[in-house]
Amino acid sequence: MTAPSRSDVIVIGAGIVGAACARALAREGLRVVVLDADFAGGGTTAAGMGHLVIMDDSPEQLALTALSMESWRELRSTLPVEVEYDACGTIWVAEDREQRDAVANKQAAYREHGIESEVLDAEGLYAIEPNLRSGLAGGLLVPGDAVIYPPRAALALLDDARRHGAILREGCRVDAIVDNGVRAGNEVLYADIVVNAAGAASAALTPELPIVPRKGHLAITDRYPDFCRHQLVELGYLTSAHVMTSDSVAFNVQPRATGQVLIGSSRELVGWDRSTNHVVLKQMLDRALQFMPSLSRLNIIRTWTGFRPATPDKLPLIGAWTPTRGLYVATGHEGLGITTSLGTARLLTDLVVGRMPSIDAAAYAPTRVLTSVSAGL
Amino acid sequence: MNAPTSVTIRVDGRSLRVAEGTTVAAALLNDGWLEFRRSVSGESRTPLCGMGICHECRVIINDVEHQRACLVTVSEGLRVTTSAATP
Amino acid sequence: MSADVADISADVAVIGAGPAGIAAATRIAESGRRVVVLDEAPQIGGNIWRHRAGAELSPDARRWMDRLAGTRAVVWTGASVVDVRSVDGATGFLLTAERGRAACRVHAETLVLATGARERFVPFPGWTLPNVYGVGGAQALLKSGVSFAGKRVVIAGSGPLLLPVAASLSRNGAHVVLVAEQASLRAVMRFGLGLWRRPQSLLQAVRYRADFLRTPYTTGTWVASARGARAVEAVTVTNGRTARAIACDILCCAQGLMPNTELARLLGCVIERGAVVVDDHQQTSQARVYCVGESTGVGGVDLALVEGELAGLAAAGSTVDVELLRYRRAPLSRIAAQMAHAFALRDELRSVVTSDTIVCRCEDVAAASLDPRWSMRQAKLYTRVGMGPCQGRVCGGALEFLHGWSPDAVRIPNEPALLSTILAGSADMSADSRNQGA
Repeated sequence: MTAPSRSDVIVIGAGIVGAACARALAREGLRVVVLDADFAGGGTTAAGMGHLVIMDDSPEQLALTALSMESWRELRSTLPVEVEYDACGTIWVAEDREQRDAVANKQAAYREHGIESEVLDAEGLYAIEPNLRSGLAGGLLVPGDAVIYPPRAALALLDDARRHGAILREGCRVDAIVDNGVRAGNEVLYADIVVNAAGAASAALTPELPIVPRKGHLAITDRYPDFCRHQLVELGYLTSAHVMTSDSVAFNVQPRATGQVLIGSSRELVGWDRSTNHVVLKQMLDRALQFMPSLSRLNIIRTWTGFRPATPDKLPLIGAWTPTRGLYVATGHEGLGITTSLGTARLLTDLVVGRMPSIDAAAYAPTRVLTSVSAGL
Repeated sequence: MNAPTSVTIRVDGRSLRVAEGTTVAAALLNDGWLEFRRSVSGESRTPLCGMGICHECRVIINDVEHQRACLVTVSEGLRVTTSAATP
Repeated sequence: MSADVADISADVAVIGAGPAGIAAATRIAESGRRVVVLDEAPQIGGNIWRHRAGAELSPDARRWMDRLAGTRAVVWTGASVVDVRSVDGATGFLLTAERGRAACRVHAETLVLATGARERFVPFPGWTLPNVYGVGGAQALLKSGVSFAGKRVVIAGSGPLLLPVAASLSRNGAHVVLVAEQASLRAVMRFGLGLWRRPQSLLQAVRYRADFLRTPYTTGTWVASARGARAVEAVTVTNGRTARAIACDILCCAQGLMPNTELARLLGCVIERGAVVVDDHQQTSQARVYCVGESTGVGGVDLALVEGELAGLAAAGSTVDVELLRYRRAPLSRIAAQMAHAFALRDELRSVVTSDTIVCRCEDVAAASLDPRWSMRQAKLYTRVGMGPCQGRVCGGALEFLHGWSPDAVRIPNEPALLSTILAGSADMSADSRNQGA
């Protein structure tokens, strides 16, 4: 299907963020064209855990994930079964008394955003997750969190966008963003608005974006239904995700709808090297065994890697990129792209049509990095 | 030439005498088993490739899940649980 | 690191103990080098020399196995190779296998991959019914102890395996009611005529045919569907003009063989037309990695043995007998090439698949779920095809034939393995362990 000679919006990237933005913009009545160099949902979207999670490593992250979770809950009943939306909840696991006591603050912060959670003592924890190792102190259960299957979620969002008139072109690599348009091979496509939602590769098109690929390893088991029932994350995950400069691993285990157990997570900055790093893989798996020793007797059937689009301040870039006419960006979501895709789409659309954004979007303004650049930082 | 010795295994609780050197897959097929595992959509599956490739012959052996029956030789007291044992 | 990880060092690790691997390991050991041979099956022999303990073997097989047993080669059966990689900061490779429920690791300077071939399955309605086996699969099950006595058997598909398997099942009491080759008579005849150059092969083919003279052998005929309630009860075959249903207890159906190239790909070896590329010395594109037997291209046992010997000698740095072996290899390689051409799969096999025919048996993905415009990777992510425990080994061949999809990249584990085994493989062997020689 050929695109019209001029659209209202060109979205670069048909990952979950691009798909969500395309949907929201198309629903506003805008004529949207989505371009992807490969196929929809095939990039970072395909590599991650599909965890829909409230994250409070900063107030701005909390606000964005809370907004997004509200959107996911609204959308839930319309999602096709292949998206595998499973409201299994998250348990933030406390290794010791100190961590357990600290979850009270977490609970309070969540409550301010209307998010329910339940503090678990050790007994409460083992009652619902018996495969965790003994000696843990408890945790925080967030029942509203969920797990989805991201590639199909991206497809579902794109299908909705297309029902509202959007056009998807796969196998179409954008070489450059120009004023009010993009160049893709021999073609130039024009639109009043271009959205750079190219994920980990966003900086190839908009070089000033401080986005670097942050590599992660994952492993998935054969089917062991009921091995775990909630997404399980160590409280130390927040530190792992937060520290940009060094490699890190954190305990992060998830039950999938198939009954398989998905094991993460690791973070490294090694450019675009996709290969398996045995040292990091070992650290990640060792960390997982620290919390769930019985994982060691499960069969792993597959391992893989992926690249998160990471920014220096851990927050995404959502909004107008003023140096280029008509350019917006929606990228830099690190490990929260699946969750915050919907919140990002809402904010981006608010900004594009000139509405007051649903939440204060200043913290995500792409121009914040321009200030750093011009200040020589 | 010596007569082959036999061992006794248990399949879903039933005892079976099997010639030594036989694989668990062969033992089950000889005894007329028509379900080793149930597929994702609920079909009964038995071995296809006979050589450890297809993973259709997976059964629980001595309480360990996902064992390829075509790669395991019978031994005295070996216990097999097929998916037929699950309602 | 737990104590129950067995570590061993060797000059050469041979992966696969079929004829090619046995020949390679024997030559390596006889040259005075330390060699470890690993095979997933409970016994050595691979597919063609598969046997139960105590069962009779062909004179060739017996001779080779005795010869190997007379060397100091270390043989690990029941060992599934999960990971193989170069070692950081040292030469050689670290190979991790799972044996029983324990990890074992081999540090070897050189590798010989003798991973053989598997059958190509092209789906048809009813192929997931119980008692539908492959062709080599039926042979493997027979040799593992399955009784075919008194069973009505239909053998269908393609390739030179159909005849020997039919003969073998007949000799063991099966009532083989039909052997159906999808290739045309002309194609099969052309291959048959080519066998004149190898009188032994021709004699073999004639002997196979004699074994079941009363069984109809038809060419240009293929399976349209199988049906049955709890297991297969009848198969419908067609020649494109007429179809007929044949009652049977067992259906054996597969479309030739495909090299097992997973480990070679994991090591970064160049693959062409689905087979590992090797030079005149059987060396792959990766230094100190050799490949022999069916994984370099399906060619039968005689070729596998010669290749195994050549690689074994090369890996051991020996030049003994090399010229003689090369001379023996040449005509065998030519026959192998002819075979691929003769038994090419016909287009009609694609039309047999209906929309609800299961293509991926691990994840029960039906044909209708798959958009031919996708790539393999796209299909995997959208439908889970190829994401089950067989890691795409069964559906991969089908999808390549049906949609032209090339296999996706290979990652560890090479086979499903315990997390504890993967951990063992991710650790380097200590210097002490590396000194524990074979």
